[in-house]
Amino acid sequence: MLGKLYSNGFARPALSRRGFLKVVGLSGAGFMIGCSDSSEPAAEGVATSVTDDPITSSEFGAFVRISTDNSVTVLCKHLDKGQGITTGLSSIVAEELDADWSQMRAEFAPANAALYNNLYFGPVQGTGGSTSIANSWMQLRQAAAGARAMLVEAAAARWQLPANEISVSRGTVEHAASGQSASFGELAAAAADVQPPEEPTLKSPEDFTLIGTHVPRLDSESKTDGSQVFTLDVTLPGMLTALVAQPPKFGATVASFDAAAALDVPGVSDVVEISSGVAVVADNFWSARKGRDALIVEWDEAGAEQRGTDDMFADYEELAAAAGVTARSDGDVDAAFDTADEVIRREYHLPFLAHAAMEPMDCVVEISSDHCEIWTGSQIPTGDQFVAAMILGLQPEQVTVNTLYAGGSFGRRATPSSEFVAANVEIAKGIGGRAPVKLVRTREDDMAMGYFRPLSYHVLEGAVDADGGVTAWRHRLAIQSFLRGTSWEGLIQDGIDSTAVEGARGLPYAIPNLEVSHHEAENGVPTLWWRSVGHTHNGYVTEAFLDELAEAGGQDPFELRRALLADKPRHLAVLELAAEKAGWGEDLGPGRGRGIAMHESFGSFVAEVVDVTVDDSGFSVDRVVCAVDCGIAINPDVIRAQMEGGIGYALSAALSEEVTLVDGEVQELNFDRYQPLRIDRMPDIEVHIVPSAEAPTGVGEPGTPPLAAALVNALHAATGKRIYRMPIRDQLTA
Amino acid sequence: MAIDLDVNGSSYSVDVPDDKPLLWVLREDIGLTGTKFGCGIAQCGACTVHLNGQPMRSCILPVSAASGQKITTVEGVESPAAMAVRSAWRELDVVQCGYCQSGQMMSATALLESNPSPTDDDIDAAMRGNLCRCATYHRIRAAIHRAADEMEA
Repeated sequence: MLGKLYSNGFARPALSRRGFLKVVGLSGAGFMIGCSDSSEPAAEGVATSVTDDPITSSEFGAFVRISTDNSVTVLCKHLDKGQGITTGLSSIVAEELDADWSQMRAEFAPANAALYNNLYFGPVQGTGGSTSIANSWMQLRQAAAGARAMLVEAAAARWQLPANEISVSRGTVEHAASGQSASFGELAAAAADVQPPEEPTLKSPEDFTLIGTHVPRLDSESKTDGSQVFTLDVTLPGMLTALVAQPPKFGATVASFDAAAALDVPGVSDVVEISSGVAVVADNFWSARKGRDALIVEWDEAGAEQRGTDDMFADYEELAAAAGVTARSDGDVDAAFDTADEVIRREYHLPFLAHAAMEPMDCVVEISSDHCEIWTGSQIPTGDQFVAAMILGLQPEQVTVNTLYAGGSFGRRATPSSEFVAANVEIAKGIGGRAPVKLVRTREDDMAMGYFRPLSYHVLEGAVDADGGVTAWRHRLAIQSFLRGTSWEGLIQDGIDSTAVEGARGLPYAIPNLEVSHHEAENGVPTLWWRSVGHTHNGYVTEAFLDELAEAGGQDPFELRRALLADKPRHLAVLELAAEKAGWGEDLGPGRGRGIAMHESFGSFVAEVVDVTVDDSGFSVDRVVCAVDCGIAINPDVIRAQMEGGIGYALSAALSEEVTLVDGEVQELNFDRYQPLRIDRMPDIEVHIVPSAEAPTGVGEPGTPPLAAALVNALHAATGKRIYRMPIRDQLTA
Repeated sequence: MAIDLDVNGSSYSVDVPDDKPLLWVLREDIGLTGTKFGCGIAQCGACTVHLNGQPMRSCILPVSAASGQKITTVEGVESPAAMAVRSAWRELDVVQCGYCQSGQMMSATALLESNPSPTDDDIDAAMRGNLCRCATYHRIRAAIHRAADEMEA
């Protein structure tokens, strides 16, 4: 079911409007504009009318609900894990509906691959690849414009006036000449009986009144008074808490276990072996924790990954020396290197990184003989639905997924294996469905589960001619594939995993001879997409290496980029804007340095300029100036927040994050050794948004890739030293 | 053995082991889930509450040590500093995922109660113990300054 995805990965689906309607309206869901009282969810009247043409009606019904209390609820098919997508999607609806922002509500849609699939992913509901806004832009505009037309029709019928004389503004439907007006809530019931328009008329962007302005986030209040319910906060009557004893090495399995001491702990009720370990189930967290401490498990490590990270790098270096799979080949790279004035070769070592979301992975499951209900924050709810159904012998429709706001994710809550949901479904099944179960992971459990950003090794070679021009570029990349062997394996094509080479294969610079090769490594450590995926490592190595080629050719790094981007207006525009706002070229004085980098990812373009101050004790990052082009800026402040957050996340990794393994065991199990950025090293950040009329693209990830390169380029400008191994830590002073 | 607790001005008697961390008693036995679990070793600050007005990591504090003290959580904090912090957090839309923000706001409130006009360095020192993986630090700093201004006004 999940196996055959779009063969072209996250490429934009080419949909005509009719094709679009067919894609989104696969089944005839009830039309949901109507007379439900929002205080009584699922009350009668939610599905008031289904028209003869379910294809056109369902798209409105699936996404917008207007209630008699005058609230407008947007059913969000994407997970909000902090990126602000509930606010973003609601802004699109509010704009086309001409609603007032104060009446907007957001609710997560139930798992439903037919109604709520991500248009980029095929028949899968999912959040990832910074696709949410791009995916929902036309879909929600059409839904909201349709709903608006129906409200107007209902008003026209009620007032016996022509619809074209009726206007809508900030949640009020009005006929100016007669002085009649009504709220959405007053018209909702009547509007539900109106025939939805075949092709709703969308606003012209110049008529937008809400998009591009500041609106408060919909989740600010609930996240500042302790009331927002995350998965860890879900409490059900009789609910039990489970902790799992996990293998000490990846791939080890349970040989035997002795549950006696665990079961002696007051509060512990069950000890259950599952495929990923042994679960201890208790009526509260502390008992489950003590029970697990008392549990004795013998592990079979025969099939486990035994290498340390140093061994892995050595293996990857050997692999990159052999032939890989060519991901891109322009011109004749060998010939260009043979005739070059200067050839530079550099190696880069990038570590495993943990997502380390503040909320460790968790999930609540309740099962009965013919139903399973899941509460979690998931980026792939229909994947979880399918995996749970498989474990329980149910049909996916018998599995309900309640999506909750997630306490961060950065890709971690998008596991093709649905590992933490699967674990808890197995536990719930193991206790015979006797009670709902909450799976809790301690920080140590979360870190030891893996699903890291893959470790990678890169060899970059570049040729520079006498005029400082770049004539050839070769990038060899050794990295494991986290898609191999999963339901997402279809994204690997001709031996090339797009999630590994993205950002390297698409290098935008005009270099006549260019080669990128992919060397797929074997590794037993589970890995995953980590905020910006392949761009996280490729953005760094390509932009750091280009800086070296500029130096070798005697060129200013900003001017060299400009020259190589002459026919790439959007890349060029962010580069020039960031440079201008940062004051590129000015003299900073001794001990200071400034670096620049630019990277396109997920259809958005970002350039960053980093200023550093260096002294004998180390360095500080003083300021980051960021320019972003993400098409039409729906919520400028959310865009700024995502750039700030993406920069902070990347800075955190560049400064000090690294997961190491010794003899197969993770060494950094908590925040004492895995050390994310703290407030004292957070720089000032300025974000500048390029005005654009292009369709909007995502901002959750694109702020991340350029930062590390801009930072090491700045450190080089200040010290003359280059950084080839991440994290930077004390390499400048050591 | 029953342990008596004073949480947000209300009295509770809970029958839990002495060594159960206050965090889990608040969350599981009293039903106040605004205080979060992040690390369990006092490294991330998501579990920050006030004990007699001082910020405290509830994930490592045995409940027995909290008995007889005045415990305040994000749900019950309502001093002028707390109100200024909450309002500044909303005005600047500080939150992203929001999971760490209860702890951030409790630390910020305690800071402003002891130092009504903190400098950036004061803020860094007081807030260093609170991790935010969404890296909202830039706005946290601005929001603390704004809350300080509001309290002064």
